[in-house]
Amino acid sequence: MIRFEHISKNFGHLEVLKDITQHVNENEIVSLIGPSGSGKSTLLRCMNLLEVPTSGHIYLNGEDITAKGVNINLHRQKMGMVFQHFNVFPNMSVEENITMAPILLNKMGKEEAHIKAMNLLDRVGLRDKADVKPTKLSGGQKQRLAIVRALAMEPEVMLFDEPTSALDPEMVGEVLSVIRGLAKTGMTMMIVTHEMGFAREISDRVFFMNDGIIAEEGTPDKIFEAPENARLKDFLGKVL
Amino acid sequence: MLENIKMVVSNYSSLFGQGILYTLLLAVIAVTCGTIFGTFVALMKMSKNKVLSTIATAYIELFRNTPLLLQLYIFYFIFPEFGINLSPFAAVSVGLVMNTTAYISEIIRSGIQSVDKGQTEAARSLGLNQAQALMKVVLPQAMKNILPALANEFVTDIKETSLASTFFVGDLMTTYRTINGATYLSLEPLFVVGVIYFALSFTLSKLVAVLERRMGKE
Repeated sequence: MIRFEHISKNFGHLEVLKDITQHVNENEIVSLIGPSGSGKSTLLRCMNLLEVPTSGHIYLNGEDITAKGVNINLHRQKMGMVFQHFNVFPNMSVEENITMAPILLNKMGKEEAHIKAMNLLDRVGLRDKADVKPTKLSGGQKQRLAIVRALAMEPEVMLFDEPTSALDPEMVGEVLSVIRGLAKTGMTMMIVTHEMGFAREISDRVFFMNDGIIAEEGTPDKIFEAPENARLKDFLGKVL
Repeated sequence: MLENIKMVVSNYSSLFGQGILYTLLLAVIAVTCGTIFGTFVALMKMSKNKVLSTIATAYIELFRNTPLLLQLYIFYFIFPEFGINLSPFAAVSVGLVMNTTAYISEIIRSGIQSVDKGQTEAARSLGLNQAQALMKVVLPQAMKNILPALANEFVTDIKETSLASTFFVGDLMTTYRTINGATYLSLEPLFVVGVIYFALSFTLSKLVAVLERRMGKE
């Protein structure tokens, strides 16, 4: 479903990503783990071109979205993204956070968007918050809102950039359980996370990133039970 | 002296009224047009296009680093050079708008940049283009910072328009000059004009402060 070939990204003289080639299949859940600064988030942000790769190509359903003249806005509609710091829109109500993009981008009419928003809010237990401003929500509630905001566009892929890293510990569970629910629907997902237990439980495959490359990849069992890469062994030794 | 002040106020009350009107009118023109043009200059300055951003920066620096009075003189004299006949009021208005545009564009730019980048990213990740993200997500949040600053700019402009009296355009300082010419009194009409300026500025700044507090609460 997503294929990325020879992705490199430089910030000035700093090489953050070094010639990475990989793919994510339809209905597959891939977790990106690794030490801070290894390039996980940057790689994820390259998928919807929030970060434009210095070189390389990204294919969504076979179409090169890095090619010149491509309308990236249309492709981004198919790729939902959830951020570490939620980035919910404080100038809109909870419901408007969800309905704004689908209505503005003519994906659905007002009535349909409203019904959809209510169903989504139901799903994450926020229906009674539809009319409040997100500033009144807790961190966990904000992140659940951010997830359904992305889902309202009916994306084919969901990108999660450390979705629980900014949360108080007691709120991590509620967000993870929403992502778990999403996994059951067969959603294709890429998740950058420091929650090793979660990555192991939910993923079909895990990419271990280190120093701008995917140093090792494989099933969770292989990555966590039988790591080969020395840096991965060292990393797991510190975090598990 | 008190007698003279009373005399000035009672004999020239309509002239003071006209002065207040023109002073407010100039400030309204400057801030309204300055906000419209300032938005464009701010967007130009933030643009990735080097040519556009350089033009905007040059414009802003030029108008912020030369005296307003000099700018007004130039706009007063420049139109006839090109065979354009403008009334002094119009010429001065153009000068004030050009000057205010430079200041307001910086207000708008810093307002926009005060909004967390994550907001734009979230909007873009949903498929909104740059303009949609700006209009729907960033500007409504930037308004919180922009509006009070714009109101302050309006108060500043009320005082700065006094420079326009150099060209006798009917503002409050022009009122002083007219009365001074007719009565040879200096201090008395100056005091009256001063009280009016103070009342206008002070009241408006207090209103701005209330506005600011209200917006902060939301």
